[in-house]
This record gives sequence, C-alpha cells and structure tokens, in this order.
Amino acid sequence: MDAMENSRTMKNLEDVLVIEPPRKFSLNLTEVWQYRELFYFFTWRDVKVKYKQTALGVIWVVMQPLLMVLIFTLFFGRALNIKTDPLPYPLFVFSGLLLWNFFSSSIITAGNSMLNNAPIIKKIYFPRIIIPTSSLLVSFIDLAIAFVVFVAMLVYYAVDVELLSILLFWPLGLLITLVGALGIGSLLSALTVKYRDFRYVVPFGLQLALFVSPVIYPTTVTGHAWIGYCLAINPMYAAITLFRAGLMHMTFDLPLLYISTVSTVIFLVLGLYYFRRTEAYFADIA
Amino acid sequence: MKSILDIEHISKLFLISHQGLPYLSLRERLTGLFRGREKQEPFWALQDVSFSVTPGESLGIIGKNGAGKSTLLKILSRITPPTSGRIVSRGRIASLLEVGTGFHQELTGRENIFMNGSILGMRRSEITASFDQIVDFSGVENFLDTPIKHYSSGMQLRLAFAVAAHLEPEILIVDEVLAVGDAEFQKKCLKKMEDVAGQGRTILFVSHNMDAVTALCKKGVFLKQGQVEGYGDIHEIVRSYHDETHHNSMTLEKGSVRSVEIQQQGETLVLTVSYQHDAVIDYPNLGFSIRDMFGHPLAGTNPMKSQVNMYPYKPSREGRIEVTISSPKFMEGTYQLYVWFGDSRRNFFETKDPILFQVTKMSPEQGRNAKFDGYIIPECQWNFF
Repeated sequence: MDAMENSRTMKNLEDVLVIEPPRKFSLNLTEVWQYRELFYFFTWRDVKVKYKQTALGVIWVVMQPLLMVLIFTLFFGRALNIKTDPLPYPLFVFSGLLLWNFFSSSIITAGNSMLNNAPIIKKIYFPRIIIPTSSLLVSFIDLAIAFVVFVAMLVYYAVDVELLSILLFWPLGLLITLVGALGIGSLLSALTVKYRDFRYVVPFGLQLALFVSPVIYPTTVTGHAWIGYCLAINPMYAAITLFRAGLMHMTFDLPLLYISTVSTVIFLVLGLYYFRRTEAYFADIA
Repeated sequence: MKSILDIEHISKLFLISHQGLPYLSLRERLTGLFRGREKQEPFWALQDVSFSVTPGESLGIIGKNGAGKSTLLKILSRITPPTSGRIVSRGRIASLLEVGTGFHQELTGRENIFMNGSILGMRRSEITASFDQIVDFSGVENFLDTPIKHYSSGMQLRLAFAVAAHLEPEILIVDEVLAVGDAEFQKKCLKKMEDVAGQGRTILFVSHNMDAVTALCKKGVFLKQGQVEGYGDIHEIVRSYHDETHHNSMTLEKGSVRSVEIQQQGETLVLTVSYQHDAVIDYPNLGFSIRDMFGHPLAGTNPMKSQVNMYPYKPSREGRIEVTISSPKFMEGTYQLYVWFGDSRRNFFETKDPILFQVTKMSPEQGRNAKFDGYIIPECQWNFF
C-alpha cells in the first residue's frame, strides 16, 4: 500500500496524530497543557452543581469546620485539657481541620471522580488526570472560604503571629497538603476503577487517619519512637506541623518532618505513575 | 493523493473473564491469590485491520453487530488504545457519537454549551465565537438560562447536536446517530453530514442503514468478525454485506428457537417459527417487528399484546408457530424482520441481526411512493357524496 509509505514521509508534519499502543511511560505534560481549559470547565461545573444542589451553599462550607471546632473544643480541649499554649485550643484545632478537611474531602471526591465521570471517559479522549485534579480544585475553594474564617478568628483571639514565618510556613504547609492529596487522590481514583470496594474503604481509612494526624492534639503522644516514625509517613504530619509553625513557638522534630515530606513526594510519584500506567484502559473497564 | 487517515494493522485484544465483570473487588483479588489466577479468554475484537482514507472522501463502515465497528471507532477517537498496529491521522478527529457527552442536568443550557463544547475539544474562544449560531441551530434560545433537567429529551438532543455540529474537524466520525431522535432530527443530521462532505471534509460513517450508507458514501469497508472482509466501491461492499445476511429464513443449531422463516403468499405474509426449549413452555409468546431498511419499526405484535386465545395448545417443550399477517399490506421493497421468543414471563431468544425479506405486488395499488405515501398501504372504504 502506498499509503503506508506516505505516512513515513509525512511523519515530521506538525499536525500528525499517531495512535499507537502505549509503550513508554511519560507524564505528557505538554498534552495536559493543551487541554488546560478543561481543568477550568470541570472545576467550574462541579462547583456550580455543588452549590446549586445545597440550599445552604456557602453557609454550609463555613458552618462545617466551625461546628467541628466547637465539638472538639468541648470534648478534647475542655474535658481532656490538652495544652496547646500559646495558641488557644479552638484555633489549634481549626488550623489542623482547615488542612485536614481539604485533604480528606479531596481524596474522597478524587477517588470517586473517575467512576462518576465514566460516561464521559467512555466517549471522549482527553488527559484523564484532569478529572481527579479538578476535583481537588473544587475542594480547594471550600478551603479558601474556611481560610477566611480562620484568619478572622486569629484576629478575634488576637493571636500573636510571627508574620515572616507565616508567609513562609503557610504556603509550605498548603503545598504539602496539595501534593499529598494529588498523589493519594490520583492513586485511589485509578484503583477505584479496578477495585470498586475502595469506595467504602477510603472514607473509613480517612476517619482513622484523622486520629493519627496532629489535628486534635499536638505531637504524637506515644511511648515508642518507632510509632512516631510510622505515623510520620502520613503527609499531613508535615503539612499541619509546618502550617502551625508560625502560630506557636515550637521546636521541630526534624527527622519526622523529613520522613513525612519524603513520603508525600513518594505518594505523588506513585500516584501519578500508577494513574498514567492504567489510564489507557479506564474506558474498557469503567 | 495523500491519505488523511492511515489505519495500519490495527488489532485489539480483550480478555474476557468468565466472572462477567471486568472489575473486581479487592476482597476477591485477595482471596484469588490463594486460588490461583482465574482463567481469562482472549477475544480479538479487531485483527490486522488496515485501510486508508483520502481527504474529502466519505467512507462507510458496515458489518453485523459485534463485527468490531464500535471498537474501531473507539480506537480512532482514542478512548481505548489498540493492542498492536498504529493509526496516522493528519487532521482533527471528532465524532458524532459524542452527542451530549458531559451534559449535566443541573446546569443551564448556556452553561452546558460551554461545558460540552470544551469537552469536545473546542477552545473557549471558539465556543464564544459560534455561540449564537449554536443557539440558533438548536432552537432553545428561550430556555437558555433554564437547567436542562426541565428540557424535553428532544430539546436536549437538539442542543447537543447543535454543539457537535459546530465542531469543525477535518475528519468526522458518525456512528448511527441517525437511529435516535425523530424524523426531523435525522433529516438535520443527514443534511449536516452532506454539508460537511460538501466542504471537502472526510467522513467515516458507521451504520446498519444501507440506503443511507450508499447515499452518502462512495467507498466502503466491510468488517466481519474483526477483520476486513471487503474494501472498495460502496455498491459492491453493500452487495457482499447483503449476501452475508439472512434472507427470508434463518436456522439455528442451539437455543430455544431453531428456525425462523418469512414468506409472502399472495397478499399475506406468513411467518413460521419452530422452537425447542429445555423446559415446558406454558405460553409460547412470539413477538415480531417488521421494519423498513432504516430500521424504523412499521408493524409488530405478540400474542400477549393481541390477547390471543391459545386453545387447543397444550404446554410442551417444542412446537411450531405459524403467523399469517394479512394486514397491513406493504409496498414493494426490502424489509427487515426481528423476532423475539419467550413464555408468559421471560424472553429466551431475540434476533440480533435482521432477517431481510422482499415484498412484491401485495396490493393492486399503482404509483405509490414510499417517500410520500409510506411503506404501509392503508385499506380504505371510500364514499363520495
């Protein structure tokens, strides 16, 4: 067939698209960039739908963390008398919940996102990573709203903050949270396509993880050092610890921070790798 | 002429697991570790398929259900990767099988145009530029800011098609969208496809409707069991496809229905079905549907719907059913027959591919034209005063 010879001679043409079996691994960021508008549209759609369907809308986003702060303050702060000086306990809990709620809600929605968008995946091609990433962005909007409330509370309690370390540590804590959520979220979204029971395992796992993260109480209260090391595998250890660093004078447990940061990066690499490796076949099994 | 699309030795393998579901639960996977791997059966949906398409050409892809047409389209639109081989495309591919993808019931018409357009690969600026045209084409301008859950299904379809019609791909894939929607919508689709073809763009058209395929395409590919059975002039391809399909009768080795036959006897059609089932059948319920070559149902019924009294039938495992269809009368031409068979509760059998049959001189009427008068010849009593 002369058509086959043609294709070789024209290979260097710019708008040639070659469809082949997946061979080598690549993140293919140029393609993701070409489809960047889809991030916006998926996020925009989910935000719209989310707030259209709830009557309370933004009020709910504000109320949810505030109610949790109230409950935890009553039960842990008062009853167990946890010391968090110089930060008042409500603010201590809020700072942890701020990141934790984002982390857990984005992992749950990202985990289910591939299944929820299965009709689209089965019909149209685009870089699949856009789907779990945009569900992360949806949760990020909740975080932004809650953050405003948090800052207002800092002002109300007249907390003595070190402005410089806040400017350094807040973005750092947020970054680790984002990276961890993206890694674990994309890993779980790919796994959920194949193993449907992850849908039920993940929320349960996150509930457990809340209690081993430094959300409700300060550093891990443990007898053995190795338990501390194990718990630091959690990306949220580094994220929350760093986020609070500008608010309370504390000494870092550097090895634990390193473990947590490295583990966050490993989660990201693992998540993106597994996702890219399996995404081509999502349409066959979703 | 340089080809715009080269399909080179494309094969696609599916592993069919006998568990039925392609996905697992983790629990099953873990218990499976101890029982050894479950056997999976290989199934080649496509095997070494090669052909190329020149720019401006309209190519019809035909074949029976399960011949691999949809798999080929899925590979072309990059939804699923091929197992081996490669495709080189020198233009943007868009497909009309994507009509309405990404529509969200809670969003308004306006919002859905943007969402859908962007999923289909349009830039925001492109959507904004053709927004008025899309709205115009869809005819839903009065409901633009209403959530589409309040739209009728016809309105949703029109809106969806309007967005898809304003994509401007070099290669357009059309997969039997003509089968859905009302006559008006189908006309719109055909018109749009003719326009697209007229602008010198390339169309791949997949359909069971041989009349539409011959009308639109000059060349065709005939797929059979995942392989290219024929490639070339559309008339020859359609002829070889018809040779492959069942004419007037069908016999089967297995299953509850063993033979189906339809014959014209004078002014009636006689449908004969013999069956053999592994249990006693209390009420042999045979449904049939006679369709035109576009697949539109013209006439059909079953004894349950017609409330037929089966006396003196005695429940048994095998038997023969003869249906004499004396009305309606059909115009001369080729028709499709679909048959279902079951008992009072369930279906045991249905035809996947139609049985074709010819009707000649069923009525003394003259000068009929299916386009105006329809395929069914009414029996009337005329009174003039």
